[in-house]
This record gives sequence, C-alpha cells and structure tokens, in this order.
Amino acid sequence: MKKTVIDFLLLNNKQLNKDNFLLVLQSPIPVSDIFPGQFINVEIKDATEIFLRRPFSVLDVDYEKQTISLLVKILGRGSRKLTEAKEGQKISAIFPLGKSFTLPDKNDRILLIGGGSGVAPMLFLSKICGLDPDNVTVLIGARSSSDHIDITAYQPYGNFFFTTEDGSLGEKGYVTNHTVFIDRLTQFSKIYTCGPDLMMKSIGRTAIGKSIFCEVSLENMMACGFGVCLCCVEDTKAGHKCVCTDGPVFNVNDLKW
Amino acid sequence: MVDLGIKIHNLDLKNPVMTASGTCGFGEEIADFFDLSRLGGLVVKGTTLKHREGNAYPRMAETPSGMLNAVGLQNKGVDNFIANIYPRIKDMDTHLIVNVNGSTIEEYVALTERLNELDKIPAIELNISCPNVKEGGMAFGISCPSAEAVVKAVRKVYSKTLIVKLSPNVTSIAEIAKAVEGQGADSVSLINTLLGMAVNAETRKPVLSTITGGLSGPAVKPIAIRMVWQVYNAVKIPVIGMGGIMNATDAIEFMIAGASAIQVGTALFIDPTIPVQIIDGITQYMERHKIQSVNEIIGSLQC
Ligand SMILES: Cc1cc2nc3c(=O)[nH]c(=O)nc-3n(C[C@H](O)[C@H](O)[C@H](O)COP(=O)(O)OP(=O)(O)OC[C@H]3O[C@@H](n4cnc5c(N)ncnc54)[C@H](O)[C@@H]3O)c2cc1C
Ligand SMILES: Cc1cc2nc3c(=O)[nH]c(=O)nc-3n(C[C@H](O)[C@H](O)[C@H](O)COP(=O)(O)O)c2cc1C
Ligand code: FES
Repeated sequence: MKKTVIDFLLLNNKQLNKDNFLLVLQSPIPVSDIFPGQFINVEIKDATEIFLRRPFSVLDVDYEKQTISLLVKILGRGSRKLTEAKEGQKISAIFPLGKSFTLPDKNDRILLIGGGSGVAPMLFLSKICGLDPDNVTVLIGARSSSDHIDITAYQPYGNFFFTTEDGSLGEKGYVTNHTVFIDRLTQFSKIYTCGPDLMMKSIGRTAIGKSIFCEVSLENMMACGFGVCLCCVEDTKAGHKCVCTDGPVFNVNDLKW
Repeated sequence: MVDLGIKIHNLDLKNPVMTASGTCGFGEEIADFFDLSRLGGLVVKGTTLKHREGNAYPRMAETPSGMLNAVGLQNKGVDNFIANIYPRIKDMDTHLIVNVNGSTIEEYVALTERLNELDKIPAIELNISCPNVKEGGMAFGISCPSAEAVVKAVRKVYSKTLIVKLSPNVTSIAEIAKAVEGQGADSVSLINTLLGMAVNAETRKPVLSTITGGLSGPAVKPIAIRMVWQVYNAVKIPVIGMGGIMNATDAIEFMIAGASAIQVGTALFIDPTIPVQIIDGITQYMERHKIQSVNEIIGSLQC
C-alpha cells in the first residue's frame, strides 16, 4: 500500500453530539485498501499555532464513492478547528498510515471494546471482520448517554452493549465493570480495544491474565505519522517502537504492561 | 534549460536540495511519496557506534511555527546500518550522506572508519551539535578547541567529503566554522536545532521527558539565515543551509545569504513531497529571473 498526500474534498460534516463530528472526505483518486486501526494524518489549515498534522483513525471507507469517514472528537485546538471545516473545503491528508488490527479467523468469537473516539476503529472492524454477527460483541463506554454516538448503521454487524459512568445508558460504570467483561470474557477468542490509555491497560492486563489474544490501538503524540521522526515511541519489550509505523495496533504481550 | 548542478567539495549534486538528518529516516520511509533520485542528496538518520534507544517518551512538543524534539539519536548502531540498511539503500540514485555521532573522539573516529569502507557513501556529516544527548553531541560543537579536536581526528582517517554540522547554540558560529575549516572540513552544514523548552501550565511540568529539547521549523528560519550569512562571509568552503525551509522561496533566501545547498527537515513531516516542490520552484525562479546556473544565486545578497 503506497502512502500518499492527498487533497480530499470535505463532502459532509455532521455533528453527532456535543463533541463528536462525522467527517466524510472524498478522494480525487481511487483509495487504496484500508483496514481498521489504520489512520490518516490531517492538515489543519489556517489555524495559528497549529503546525503539525493531526492523526485520526479511519471509521469507514467507501471504495466506490472514494470516501473515507472520520469520527472527530473535540479535544483541543486542532480537532476543534477541523470540526469547524465547511463542506466543499479541501483537506490535505497523508494516508494510509499505520498497521491495522489482525483480522479475526473464521471461527473466532471476538469482543471489541471502544471508549471515547476509540469507537471509530471498533465500528470499522465490526463491519469488515467478515464474521457472523453472533460472533461479534461490541462494548462501548462513555461518560453519559449524550456522549454516545448513534451506531444504528453498525447494529447489523454484531451485538452491541453500552456503559456510561452516570448510568444514563446501558450498565453504569466503566466497560471493565460490564457483565460481558466480568462474566463472559473467556468465551471470546480475541479482544480488540481502542480508547483511553487506562481503559486499554486494564483490559490488556485482564486479557494477559486470562491468556486471551488481545490487541490495543495506542495513541501517541505524532509529528510525521510515517516513521521518519522517531518521536512517537512506546517502550515495548523489544525496546522503543514507533506507534505510527510499528503500531498503532500492538499485541498486549509485546507491551510492558 | 537552467542548470541546477552544484558542487560540494568532490560531490556533484544534481540540484542543491537535500533532506536533513533525522527527518527522512533512511530514505525508504519517504520513497512512497516521490522519486528519491530527484534529490541532490539524502542525509540519513544520525548513526552512532552502538545501538541507542534514545530518550524516554514524550519526545516531542508542538510550538508555534515549529516543534521541539528530544529523540536523542535513537538508532540501531553502525553494524546494523552496514549489515541491514546499507545494502537496501546503496543503489539509490542520489548522494547518500551518513550523519555521524559520538560521545568521545574515539567513537567519532571508529564510526568514521567503518563508514569509510562503504563505496556508496561519498560523504559524512559530522554532527557535533546534537542538543539531545548527555555526553558528547553538542558539547563538541560549542567550543573551538573541542570542535577542532574532533574534526582533526576524523580528518586523519577520512579522505572523502567531510561535512561538519554546526550548532546554533553558540556565541559565534562563524568562529566555530573557521575553526573546523582550519582542520580540513570540506563543508559546513547549519543549523542544527536550537535549545528550547516547553512547560505545561496545568501540570507545571516540562512537556519533554528531557526537560529541554531542540527547536526546528519556520520558527528558527531567521536565525538560521543570519548564521548562514555570517558563516558564508567567514569561510571559503561551501555552506549547506537549513532551518525552517518550507518552500522554494525559503530555499532561495538561504542560497542568496550564502548557502550552496540546502536541507529540508521538519517540513517533511507536514508534507513529504516538499523537496520536489522546492526543486521545481527553484527551476521556475531561475527561469523567471533568467538565471542560467544555480551557482549565480549563491551569496548574491545585495546589501
Ligand atoms: C493513531 C491515532 C488515531 C486517532 N484516532 C482518532 C479518532 O478517530 N478520532 C478522534 O477524535 N481522535 C483520534 N485521535 C486523537 C487525535 O489525534 C487528537 O485528539 C488530536 O490530535 C488532538 O489535537 P488538538 O489540536 O485538538 O489537541 P491539542 O490542542 O494539540 O492538545 C490537546 C490535547 O490533545 C491531546 N493530543 C494532542 N495531540 C494528540 C495526538 N497526536 N494523539 C493523541 N492525543 C493528542 C493531548 O492530550 C493534548 O493535551 C487519534 C490519535 C492517534 C495517535
Ligand atoms: C525529529 C528530529 C530529529 C533530528 N535528528 C537529527 C540527527 O539525528 N542528526 C542531526 O544532525 N540533526 C538532526 N535533526 C536536526 C535537523 O537535521 C535539522 O538540522 C533541524 O531540524 C533544522 O532544520 P528544519 O527546521 O528544516 O527541521 C533532527 C531534527 C528533528 C526535528
Ligand atoms: S510520528 Fe514520526 S515516527 Fe511516528
């Protein structure tokens, strides 16, 4: 897969809830294969003090329409500016970047756990993993019901469960307190997760304890996104690895968790 | 047709545009984005005698118009370079230059001797200016006697093109440039990153694990141009300029101030195709100004 710098056209920018936006970007050329966990590095134009690009996971791809969808959560200056972009605007991005999750085997029963903007690669994985929806369980956590995004379009691909810290949707608490996680974990052959560091660490350690295959998608401050600056390192059992090229997806057994 | 060719000592560069050490990996990482044979030269990631893990995370902070890095020369060491990387990149159709780093003079010498054996490495860039390592690094580049001592020792064992990369973190960069020229440097390159620091107001903690780091990007450009001009006026050897070059105009400004060639660094993170845009932009500039040879631009500042 050749990496390229492309001027996308912002086809659609839809606010999903207070902080989350769905951006649909159209490429002028056919998009190459993209898999869940891979990301694109987006230029934020006309924003003073923003110098570097910002990484965002791919939420969906439509090869026919040549579009890539992103789920953008406002976290700081750059993400806010991006969500203010107008339809019809050009947005430069470098893609496809990073390694994807290992796609499950035919007989796997998988658990996907997403927190915050980490749901993006989980929804994408549920859609393209090629499993019987009965074998796909998706657990999504957020602070409150208003922080959850509408996942109706993904509902056919798996069994969805929710947690909220205030109990306003699904079970109250963190994803690691959910019945699926507490009582049914050993039913799964593979766990995939993306979200806040503490959430992934807690899931990862549990998976290691129960010897269940587990992959996590790490976040990191990136300058280039394609492996030349060596800024984005995670200290793994094999030494410093670049999150942008050796990851962002790592097997928990390779991490110093 | 305009002539973009320039000479840095024994190197005939097809054009004055190179990529800067630590910002283009070993070339392979940017090969997807453009044809590397278009480059005048490519300076590979800083290499040391032994494997180095580099500094702890976080190693990067964004700043207005630039960034701070504290990578700390992460690399797998020269043996790995020779065994695994060199065979893969040696036939690239551009000048490959290795950026050489040591903690002691003996290390600089030993590393240079190893690289001397490699046919397809016509030049080294001696980094006496890295602000992100505890021993050696910048310490050699901030005083004339120590800079002279390293260059003298390396010159004894190296007969190919020797470029010395200078630190901007000094009172007079021209003096250091003259000192290394006196010891037989064939060219000087400047600037390496400027020592900087970022603080997180919420946590009252430094942003970088090393507290201080190296500033690069457009924020440093005026300082870099000033230094190129000062050094150009102080030495006879060709000057290679860098620091915040983002486009062809920036590159031409450096050349007018006295740079024979330029290196593109941090700009690659924003757009890895920038070197090609700069080469094309220089050509267009020359056509527009009816300049035959790019050499006519070098040091053409009119005060
Ligand atoms: C591989 C990868 C995939 C990602 N996917 C998504 C996604 O699908 N949707 C989404 O909303 N966000 C995603 N992020 C996070 C997103 O990159 C950051 O939210 C964004 O860079 C913040 O930029 P900012 O200018 O708004 O923040 P700033 O104003 O620069 O900083 C505010 C805070 O944002 C955080 N931050 C800044 N830069 C990064 C960064 N590069 N990575 C992580 N946190 C950062 C820091 O905690 C910082 O304190 C992803 C990050 C990575 C590394
Ligand atoms: C992430 C990063 C890593 C760097 N690593 C090296 C290095 O290994 N050796 C070196 O001589 N300079 C290194 N530099 C300095 C650059 O080569 C260059 O001198 C500097 O960044 C100024 O140019 P720029 O503003 O165009 O980036 C590094 C710079 C950055 C940003
Ligand atoms: S962000 Fe540059 S190497 Fe990963």
